[in-house]
Parts: sequence; structure tokens; C-alpha cells
Amino acid sequence: MIPQKAFNLEHHSSSGFFALFYKEVKRFWRVSFQTVAAPVLTAILYLMIFGHVLEDHVKVYGAINYTSFLIPGLVMMSLLQNSFANTSSSIIQSKITGNLIFVLLAPLSHFEFFSAYVLAAMVRGLVVGLGVLLATCWFTDIHFEYPLWILGFALLSSAVLGALGLIGGIWAEKFDQLAAFQNFFIMPATMLSGVFYSIHTLPAMWQTISHFNPFFYMIDGFRYGFFGVSDVSPWMSLIVIGVFLVIVGLIALRMLASGYKLRH
Amino acid sequence: MSAISFEELSKNYGSLKALDNINLEIQEGEFFGLLGPNGAGKTTLITILAGLCKPSSGHAKVMGYDVQKDFRAARRLLGIVPQELVFDPFFNVRETLEFQSGYFGIKNNSDWIDEIMSHLGLADKANQNMRALSGGMKRRVLVAQALVHRPPVIVLDEPTAGVDVELRQSLWKFVSRLNQEGHTIVLTTHYLEEAEQLCGRIAMLKKGQIVALDTTSNLLGRVKNKDTRDGDLEDVFMQIMNEESAS
Repeated sequence: MIPQKAFNLEHHSSSGFFALFYKEVKRFWRVSFQTVAAPVLTAILYLMIFGHVLEDHVKVYGAINYTSFLIPGLVMMSLLQNSFANTSSSIIQSKITGNLIFVLLAPLSHFEFFSAYVLAAMVRGLVVGLGVLLATCWFTDIHFEYPLWILGFALLSSAVLGALGLIGGIWAEKFDQLAAFQNFFIMPATMLSGVFYSIHTLPAMWQTISHFNPFFYMIDGFRYGFFGVSDVSPWMSLIVIGVFLVIVGLIALRMLASGYKLRH
Repeated sequence: MSAISFEELSKNYGSLKALDNINLEIQEGEFFGLLGPNGAGKTTLITILAGLCKPSSGHAKVMGYDVQKDFRAARRLLGIVPQELVFDPFFNVRETLEFQSGYFGIKNNSDWIDEIMSHLGLADKANQNMRALSGGMKRRVLVAQALVHRPPVIVLDEPTAGVDVELRQSLWKFVSRLNQEGHTIVLTTHYLEEAEQLCGRIAMLKKGQIVALDTTSNLLGRVKNKDTRDGDLEDVFMQIMNEESAS
């Protein structure tokens, strides 16, 4: 039934990375109502509520109206949260239901495993971010001062959150632990990173604290791409995010290479 | 060349010795049985072979490839049918098999996937979501997933646990055919009559150690029945386990 030539290892010519990446993208796309449409709707609600209440009361960076200021923040917040959710939910579900074994039995290196999951998380983050941008840009005029900065910060930030999601998904042994990671770390860090305000409006102490939040640099740098102004230099933000990506990437790769909570 | 070899393999969980200095060689083309009571170490041995678990010491090899150092080659040569009925609820049967094939770096594998599905009676379920399948059908998909990359060595970890007679018979017919065509088959099961009928050689494990290793016919010859009926593997199994308990 199985021809002898099939025993030859050369039959397996390419990497399993593409299949794993495609599976991860197809997984979230199959439930796109939940994974794409719902976060877009949430962002619209934020915009309608905060934009309506604060539009006439708040000007940011001198002349930018609040709704315009808010949109890049909402886009980035949605992008971050969904990049994290993609890897973390996929890994924890697969661990708990046991089907992660099919990936673990395959001849995938830890780098291929990492790349496939993180890249798929980036795709979901970017799709949701784009969806939020398209849905909210009707509410006010949006400028794209430096599109390459926008793209660069979107790519880097989604990669960081994808890797963080991988760490969270591998570390957590039950949904409750992952929810704690998400609700007590990721959510506050994103919400308190300047999505709804410029940190210059905060008291000095909170401004200082904000500078220790890497998510602040993601949103500030991303917003710089829209308006050409930001709370800190975009280069500074780029360096901070780059370093953060290297750190979380190395942690995730180390976990995968050692088989932490995956290969006992 | 040995299809599978374990060299001085041990696995400790704290003070518990799950496997204690296992040395075992399974030759190409064998239909080999791995028997033992619950907790004997059968599944630990298989999970080490699959790379799902790291040995505390020693080596496991598939067709000469170390499962840790040469993991890519070792995993490509090995198909594992896991004990648990696990599946990905997002996909249908065909997608499940296509993804599994893709993980092994195999493109354009539709002909082979169709052939496996046909042999396992899954052809008419190809587009059904995994959630919609019965337990028996899910078990067949697990077997198909293990074969999708055409491995020469196939390990079945209690594949007939909780499945009906019809599936058991069709599964053994299929697996026997694979063995006749040159595949090495390793089977763990609690159904000793299955092992007796199918396996040419058997190892019995107890408390992480191999307590018997011989051909099935030699093992059957060791039975010391006091009654007139012929001894079967269950008698041998009980005798060996009791001997070990007494010693």
C-alpha cells in the first residue's frame, strides 16, 4: 500500500512552517465573526462614546481634534490585543484539548513553530487593525503623515504581542491562568499606554511610570506615523519595541527549545 | 538495521522510576507487542520515542536516528497513533489530514490522502467536521494522521480501547496489511488476544522494566497450565506478572 520509495527521507522536501502558519490563519478566519468583527465593533463603540463625550473638550498636540487622536490609539489597541489573543488562545485550546500533539509529533524546529504562530498572530492583528481603521475613518479626517512608520510600528508591535501570547499560552495550564495574564497584564498595559490620552496630560509621576510601559511606545510611535508628532521620539519608540521584541522572542524560543510545559 | 532501538533508557519523575534502564531493539518489518499493566511504562516509552517526553538518560532511535539529536529524520520515519481521542474542532477530516501532511513538509498529497481515507472507510466523511464524527471514526482519523507522511515505522498506543468489534477487525486487517508490505508495527494493548494473534514478538513491562522479551510462540510455550486447555497469552501474562511480584 505504501510504496517503498516513500521510505526515503527526501520525499519530505519542504518545511512544515507554511502548513502550520496557514492552519493558524485559517483557524481564526473560520471564526472571523468572533475574531475580527467583534473587536472592530468594540473599537467603534469606544470611538462613539469617548469621541462624542470628549470631542469638544479635548485638543491634543495643540490642534488635533480628539476623535482623530483617538483613532490610531484604538487601531493599535485592537491590533495588540488580537495579536496576543491569537497565539495564546490557539496554544491553550490545543494544549487542553490535546490536539497540540499533532504539531509536536511533526518535524518542526522550535524556530519554525515560533515563526508560524507569531506570523499568524501578526496577520490577525493587522486584519483587525485595518478593520478598525476602515470602520472608524468615516468619523473624522485621518492623515497618514508617515505611512512607513505606521506600518513599521504595526508589524513590530503585533510581533511582540504574538510572542507574548505564545509565552502566555505555553505557560498557562488552564483558561483561568491565561485570563489572568490577559486581564491583569495585557489589558491594563494597553489601556494605560496612551490609547485615550497623551501622557503629557498626566501628572509627572504617572508620566514617569508610563515610560516604563513598553506598550506606550507602540501606541506613541504608531500615532507619530499619523500626525508627525508624538510624546517621545519615534526612534526611541522603535528601539524600545525592538529590544522588547528580542527579549520576548528569546524567552518564547527558549521555552519552545526546552520543551517547557510541552515536552515533559 | 533496527527500526527502533532503546539504549539504557531511563525516565524518572522525581523519585519515581517510570522507565529503568530499558534496552530493546525492534527489527524492521516486525509486528511487535508492548504489554504491561497500567503504569508499567508503555506510554512513557512511546512518548519518548515520539519526542514528546525527554529521557532522563539513555537514547531512543528510529531507523538509527536519535529522537532528540536527529529529531527531524526520526519523526519523519515514525507514525504515532495516540491513545487519547484528540482532534482539532475547527477543521474537517480532509483538512485535518492535509494540515498533518503539510507539517511534515509534504505538498500535493491529495492522492495519498484519498487512498488512506478510502482504506479506512473515511471517504464519505471527508468533508465532515471532526466534531461531528463518532468515536470510532475519530479513531480512524487518528490512524490516518499517523500514516499521512508514509512512515515506515508505526506505533499504535492502545488503538482499540473503547472501540466496537467492527472497527477493531477492520483496523487490524489494515494494520496487518501494512506490516505485510514492510512496515514495522509496534502495538500496545490491554486486549491480549489481539497481541497474541498479531504480534511476532512481545515485550512485557512492569514498573518500568522489561520482565519478558521473546517471540509470541516462545512465550506461549512458557505457560504452565495445570488444566488441559492450551495456555494463552493472558495466562503467560498473569504468570510473568505474578512471578515478578513474588520475586
